[in-house]
Amino acid sequence: MSNHIQPAHQTKWWSGGKSPFNIEYGKVMMWYFLMSDAFTFGAFLISYGTIRFSQNFWPDPNAVFNAFPGAGHANLPLAFVSVMTFILIVSSVTMVLAVHAGHKGDKQGVIKWLIWTIVGGLTFLLCQAWEWHHLITAEHATLIGDKIELVGQTTRVNPWGPMVHGAEITEALKNSSVHTLATIVEQQDHSQNHAALMGMGKEQLLSMINEAELHVRKNGPVAFGGYFYGITGFHGFHVFSGVIINIVMLIMAINNVFEKRGQYLMIEKAGLYWHFVDLVWVFVFLCFYLI
Amino acid sequence: MEQHHNNLNPEVTFVHHTDDATFKKRVIRTTILLSVITIIEVVIGLLIYNIHKGENPSEFLVLFFKGMVCILTLAKAYYIVAIFMHLGDEIRNFIMTILVPLLLFVWFIAAFLWDGQSYKNLRNKYDLHFKESTTAPAHHAPVATDEPAKTPEKH
Repeated sequence: MSNHIQPAHQTKWWSGGKSPFNIEYGKVMMWYFLMSDAFTFGAFLISYGTIRFSQNFWPDPNAVFNAFPGAGHANLPLAFVSVMTFILIVSSVTMVLAVHAGHKGDKQGVIKWLIWTIVGGLTFLLCQAWEWHHLITAEHATLIGDKIELVGQTTRVNPWGPMVHGAEITEALKNSSVHTLATIVEQQDHSQNHAALMGMGKEQLLSMINEAELHVRKNGPVAFGGYFYGITGFHGFHVFSGVIINIVMLIMAINNVFEKRGQYLMIEKAGLYWHFVDLVWVFVFLCFYLI
Repeated sequence: MEQHHNNLNPEVTFVHHTDDATFKKRVIRTTILLSVITIIEVVIGLLIYNIHKGENPSEFLVLFFKGMVCILTLAKAYYIVAIFMHLGDEIRNFIMTILVPLLLFVWFIAAFLWDGQSYKNLRNKYDLHFKESTTAPAHHAPVATDEPAKTPEKH
């Protein structure tokens, strides 16, 4: 892999006075930290896999993640998360460029590319905030016990179980609260006024619901929400801390700290961390959205 | 290209030289590769979605495509680590100190997925309530869509 850079004195790598790995200490330690972090994320993702394998039913990610900001109720599976993935890849590229500018001692280049990296990280966080908000606040008709409730995806409830059909829906609707029925009518016909609907009787509301158009699911495995929010949250926290680190790097670069040191090696370490965040996302994307 | 800045560090014996043109080419190539792999992954994801939507989803095809995205993801991880994180440019000993411990994942993944699978089988065998309440009724679980469900009622 690196034959062309083998130096003549390689037999004395371990005789002291220099790094036997030809890397500065801080960078070696950053690598080992990232390796341990990889095991942390790996443990989370694998335990998610264990639970998923222990279930007879697991929600289809394409059914869960099909919304796009501003697209209303359009069914766009994978679209938004692809955009998020692309944002992270691009911010990884701008980080590579910042590190490269650092190698050349190009202060303006470092500042420019660090700013773009920070912008990318913040954009990703905003996307994630929107996605979480959309999942949590959604109102999905879900058969819980003997009645239909309108729930979003939380760590305690999962609206993505198996489909419910026909007579079971009719029966469950009769047991549901007026509030639930009024909201379902409103969801089906946006011209309806919720307050007016709440004043109506249960019978009248039931007659207004178009059952053929109503998609009702049982509640699915609760672990889905816990793992999704836990792992994407932990990753989001890494993105957040990466942005903070990059902001610190930016301030140090602007204040000529690296210029005075004569090298920009610190940017390299921040860069490693940032690429790792991108790397983890690749696997989160795989485990939660693709398979 | 001069790299005098790095040479101030006494720990580092030699500095890897890359000229601007090579570097640029490498970064552009990797960026395109990563984007293309992601696009292929998304296309496969949508393929899986459409297979699920069909009347008789083929378990084998779904597994095959899922295996394919796993391999593509590993390819993506390789490019990020080797090119963006420059691990490919480090000396071999160092690469090994990172990669060899990661081999633990082979056991880790196999053992724990196996464990989950066996737990499911045991529960289905001894806990009929679990089996009945979590198995999708009739045919393969239909996928939620915003299109009207065309699944016929089964009695």
